[in-house]
Amino acid sequence: MDYNTGVVLIGTCLLGIAAGVIGSFAVLRRRALMGDALAHAALPGICVAFLIIGERHFAGFLLGALVSGSLGVGIVTLLRHSTRIKEDAAIGIVLSVFFGGGIVLSSTIQHMPGGNRSGLDTYIFGKTAAMVRQDVMIIGGVCVFILAVSMLLYKEFKALSFDREYASAQGLPVLALDFAMMTLLVLVTVAGLPAVGVVLMAAMLIIPGAAARFWTDRLHWMLMIAAFIGALTGLFGTMMSARYAGLPAGPIIVLVGASMFVASMLFAPRRGIVARVLSRRRLEVRTMRQNLLRTMYELAEPDPAAKPPVTPVELTSRRAWSVVQARRALERAQAAGMVESVDGMRYRFTEAGLEEAVCVVRTHRLWEVFLIEEAHVAADHVDRDADSIEHVLGAEEVRHLERRLVEMGRWPKEAPLPPPSPHGWANGGDAT
Amino acid sequence: MITPERDVQQAATESGAAVKKAAVAPLDVHDMTVAYHRRPVLWDVDLTLPDGCLTAVVGPNGAGKSTLIKAILSLVPKASGRVLIYGKPYEQQRHLVGYIPQRESVDWDFPVSALDVVLMGRYGRLGWFRRPGKHDRQAALEALENVGMVDFAHRQIAQLSGGQQQRVFLARALVQDAQIYFMDEPFAGVDAATESAIVELLRTLRARGRTVVVVHHDLQTVDRYFDHMILLNMRVVADGPTGDVFTPENLRNTYGGRLTLLDEAAEAMRHGRVDA
Ligand SMILES: Nc1ncnc2c1ncn2[C@@H]1O[C@H](COP(=O)(O)OP(=O)(O)OP(=O)(O)O)[C@@H](O)[C@H]1O
Ligand SMILES: [Mg+2]
Repeated sequence: MDYNTGVVLIGTCLLGIAAGVIGSFAVLRRRALMGDALAHAALPGICVAFLIIGERHFAGFLLGALVSGSLGVGIVTLLRHSTRIKEDAAIGIVLSVFFGGGIVLSSTIQHMPGGNRSGLDTYIFGKTAAMVRQDVMIIGGVCVFILAVSMLLYKEFKALSFDREYASAQGLPVLALDFAMMTLLVLVTVAGLPAVGVVLMAAMLIIPGAAARFWTDRLHWMLMIAAFIGALTGLFGTMMSARYAGLPAGPIIVLVGASMFVASMLFAPRRGIVARVLSRRRLEVRTMRQNLLRTMYELAEPDPAAKPPVTPVELTSRRAWSVVQARRALERAQAAGMVESVDGMRYRFTEAGLEEAVCVVRTHRLWEVFLIEEAHVAADHVDRDADSIEHVLGAEEVRHLERRLVEMGRWPKEAPLPPPSPHGWANGGDAT
Repeated sequence: MITPERDVQQAATESGAAVKKAAVAPLDVHDMTVAYHRRPVLWDVDLTLPDGCLTAVVGPNGAGKSTLIKAILSLVPKASGRVLIYGKPYEQQRHLVGYIPQRESVDWDFPVSALDVVLMGRYGRLGWFRRPGKHDRQAALEALENVGMVDFAHRQIAQLSGGQQQRVFLARALVQDAQIYFMDEPFAGVDAATESAIVELLRTLRARGRTVVVVHHDLQTVDRYFDHMILLNMRVVADGPTGDVFTPENLRNTYGGRLTLLDEAAEAMRHGRVDA
């Protein structure tokens, strides 16, 4: 890796970070497509800048992009506010008209004498290899500025994005903040054009934020993860496009980002698809086992401690299970050491199984009594997902409920069975 | 479950002599007209609220109740008129005003916890660039405690029920420690227990001299919960103490010829008499 590639790597890495952060806000505010309109609208500005300057001049190009990109955003805003056109349609119109104009201009320029030195074609799909040290310095500077501003205004941006009206009622200057956020979006988009190109710059803004959302439920983490994903995207994309010379950088960077998005969607803990499927599966298994133990306990009452054996058929009389399902539940519980087979057909509690059954039945009945007797307490406020009822209602309340259970004859008076173990079912639950 | 006592007590000592100039009305709206796209939705609103009362804003859908509140808070532009909060323009008195928007007004999938949302109630007083500190967190947790939501402080807000979300919004307004509160349909979609908890909270606020304006849809309960009332339908049909304003005549003028609503109103009147 030569010196220039190293510099470019730093530049695209910074770009990924800045795009990830600002893009996250755009995604949360449903403004993601605005970045797309902006990037496309920048192309004619770059062409006009070339026509004025007459040579490839990076800062001049960025300035041109800034002007026409802002013009595009302004037109979208104007169309939305003063006509009945909705934002998506306004974006569609501006995006294609500006891009069309830009393509016409740039192919005209390419055919002019000296036009092939303009490097304009690299702005359509991006070309990191065409960047030189000064270009990267400018891009890096812009990105650092964007990061600094969004860190300073973190609280304000957060309030604005979540509840604009409330933020305004709090005295935040929402219009100015809107404008600041839009300016940062414009800046990062324009800075990204030489590397990623106008066609795909929107992906650079959207993908890191959208991917980060899978990993967390907290805004500051989302921003940091988006920054991280953006940085990796920039790095890998640049390295790959440097290795295979003919490949344009934009598509490669986007593909790298897309694979990170897919990985996040699949494998992120809790919100990822795999985690969801697994936790639903675990919940099913757990529910089945709890139902089994409770049914066996109820069949064995009034003396469950004697551990009388049951058959799958007996279970189906109490639950909406088929015999096959009942047998499967028993086999699973046997594998977990909760029941043992007596003669291949009948099953009974093991010591551990009885202990768990007591725990399950007790919790179940306590909730029942609670909901019947204390329904006036806002049920809303009660977290019935919690594994341990004590955790939610407090020891005192649980003792009271227990007394009620005994009075109702639904629980043995001289509690002969061990107190429920707090660890019993504590798996698969959400530990927020 | 809601126990506002402590918070409000503390708030009262905190802001002690803050604003109380007995003679000045907490809210004074004069000749206000509001229009969206040149179509007026509120005409010539004149209102003066007495200190320390619970006021209901009542009217049919689309009557402009939300618009009234938003215009008072300068969230939508006024075509004409002026609003005074404790005798001064709203812009100077923002810190005295708490706001609870309609619950549907935000994206509940937003990546913040209940505690984060409540902390936003402190942003106004924090000033630029400053992050909420330990003291703010403490206040936010207390506000959550007061609405019975402290156990849910670290939940992402999408994982709360509608009633719980409403409580979070309440806590966000409480933590602001305002003198006058505007609440847009805080009772929408909450169960009886949450409703009575919110009413309890409103009464405590009143007992501490706060003024509360609530958009309320339930004619069955309005005379029990509120001592002051504004009947609204594009203009103020009537306003004053609930006893004077809550008459079939006024309701007919507010709701027009909508029979079902009138039946409901008549039912409410009977109901009220039985209760009394
Ligand atoms: N942003 C807006 N642009 C244009 N018209 C609006 C806007 N918001 C409200 N309106 C119109 O203004 C009128 C009053 O609306 P508002 O939301 O204040 O009613 P409301 O009394 O709060 O009704 P609800 O009981 O349904 O909440 C309605 O006719 C509505 O269509
Ligand atoms: Mg409304």
